[in-house]
Amino acid sequence: MKNILGAFILLVVLLSTKTYSQELSGFAQFQLRYFPLGPLDDRQEGTGFSLAIQPEFYYDFGGSPHSLLFTFFARYDQHDKERTHYDIRELFWLYYSDNWEISVGFRKIFWGVTESQHLVDVINQTDFVENFNGEQKLGQPMINFIYIHDWGTLELFLLTGFRERTFPGEKGRFRFPILIDTENPIYESSSEYKHIDFAFRYVNYIGPFDFAISHFVGTSRAPRFTPIDSAGIEPYIQLNYDLMNQTGLEGQLTLGSWLWKFEGITRHTIGKRFYALTAGFEYTFSNISNTGLDVGVLGEWLYDDRDQFFFPPNPFKNHVFVGSRLAFNDVQSTEILAGVLVDYRGAGIYPSIEASRRVGESFIVNLEAIAFYNTEEGDLLHFFRRDNYLQLEINWYY
Amino acid sequence: MSFINNLKYIFIVLIAFTMMLSAQTPEEKGLEIAIEADKRDLGFGDSSSELTMILRNKQGDESKRKISNKTLEVKDDGDKSLVIFNEPRDVKGTAFLSFTHKSGPDDQWLYLPALKRVKRIASDNKSGPFMGSEFAYEDISSQEVEKYTYKYLKDETVDGIDCFVMERYPVDENSGYTRQIVWIDKAEYRPMKVDFYDRKNSMLKTLTYHEYKQYMDKYWRADKLSMINHQTGKSTDLLFADYKFANGFSDSDFNQNSLKRAR
Repeated sequence: MKNILGAFILLVVLLSTKTYSQELSGFAQFQLRYFPLGPLDDRQEGTGFSLAIQPEFYYDFGGSPHSLLFTFFARYDQHDKERTHYDIRELFWLYYSDNWEISVGFRKIFWGVTESQHLVDVINQTDFVENFNGEQKLGQPMINFIYIHDWGTLELFLLTGFRERTFPGEKGRFRFPILIDTENPIYESSSEYKHIDFAFRYVNYIGPFDFAISHFVGTSRAPRFTPIDSAGIEPYIQLNYDLMNQTGLEGQLTLGSWLWKFEGITRHTIGKRFYALTAGFEYTFSNISNTGLDVGVLGEWLYDDRDQFFFPPNPFKNHVFVGSRLAFNDVQSTEILAGVLVDYRGAGIYPSIEASRRVGESFIVNLEAIAFYNTEEGDLLHFFRRDNYLQLEINWYY
Repeated sequence: MSFINNLKYIFIVLIAFTMMLSAQTPEEKGLEIAIEADKRDLGFGDSSSELTMILRNKQGDESKRKISNKTLEVKDDGDKSLVIFNEPRDVKGTAFLSFTHKSGPDDQWLYLPALKRVKRIASDNKSGPFMGSEFAYEDISSQEVEKYTYKYLKDETVDGIDCFVMERYPVDENSGYTRQIVWIDKAEYRPMKVDFYDRKNSMLKTLTYHEYKQYMDKYWRADKLSMINHQTGKSTDLLFADYKFANGFSDSDFNQNSLKRAR
């Protein structure tokens, strides 16, 4: 008995000192949002602060091809109860071999090449309360298998369960004047959130040309909004999560200082089909006058032929994005991305700016501002016309 | 017209010919040194190391970067490398995959861990600073013979070590330099010192190599590289540790999936 106990202790000591390597990292964030305009709905609050943490634990089984990663996220928001939330961003086991890889658990997967919107990127649900731009995602449970060969990489996804989109609550900004009922979404699939989705993606590159083809079969991450106005109750918006089939194509040509980018999708859902694309370029003037400054110029065209009242809406149906990316390449890694999205046929001008700079060795200060100008009735973003904001973030990394 | 005269004539021609063969131009000698230096580093297979960068401004304030580095030698082409950023903490997990080529642009991908996004990036920014340091991208990428033309200048002794001194001229028009003067030690063909001249042909930076160690009884690596910018007064030290060879790396350790897994 003593021997077994001794052996066990020895094993634990060996594992903890030699075989295992573990790491804790992450960040803590203070965020301040300033809304200069009063809200559409009196119940909505304006300026306020919030706090967030995102710790990440990594376990590596001593140089073996097994690893575990756990990324947790939580935010407290001063006003909005729905924005006060937590999520398992990642929690997965991964094993890799020379030409294949498998992972099981919650993961975040990014597809695509363009900057102004991400059409082909459909694996993860958007954590919409985090940011209006939709870049923040909820962890998606999956079994992911990757096969790597000379002819390219094949990625297979079995998506075991659906995550509902997060929406701002009664007191939050970036919402419709009538509230969304997030408690009772309507699914097209009879297995509702338990429906298993399937996706694959083929990725390869030939010289300067990177490309991928993807296909997704399952429940759309983006819902339809159905206003319900029945007698005796306050009107509300019902969420409809329909089944869809989406094929996506992405490509990037890297030639000298030019990046040429394309993303296109065709989606079939609720009995109809639509197409959408983003196409554009990024040109970088690098190390201008030997100052280290890089100035990138971006232009993208966003086209979407969907019926905005039939399908889950996309506000960018015929827009142009022009912008500039400044990287100072200094010790503080100062960067600025400024741009404007314009509906060049209709109304709507949406300027935005993001800037970041390191302070000391472990703090990053971010500034972000978005405005909604010249919107018109019938535009999805018309509901956000009072939500111009300036955001300050102080992130401490450890 | 005698037989002797004919013989004399043939003899003179022969001597002139052999002289022509043996009298190298400075360009030929420079190239020969570069080829020999390259040859002595051939066959290392793969290597890994941990790098600490110390960035100093004019006032002497320091800032630190930590990077892990993996390299795979590719036969008849430039090396493949994977660079993983560990510090500052905000860039932790960011990784950079590069396939250098002897001719033509390199293939480069960047992994951004916050978005889980792999981006193919333009590789023609040779002259820009690497992570805010005094090292340009072209200073730290794999040095291939084909990337320069050469001219031998003279022999000189640096810190008691006999060196060849030669000038080299970048082939790539995106290079930030008109020329570099390189001191290479005669015994082992290792670079000891490099002076960089900017596009206006004024002295920009000096790089010195310190504390060379030999690995696998053949390959020399310096533990410390110091770059001083004469125009700004800033400097950067690269401190290499934990050099390992024969890790058994293969192509599968240098693709977009290993880039995402890297840490």
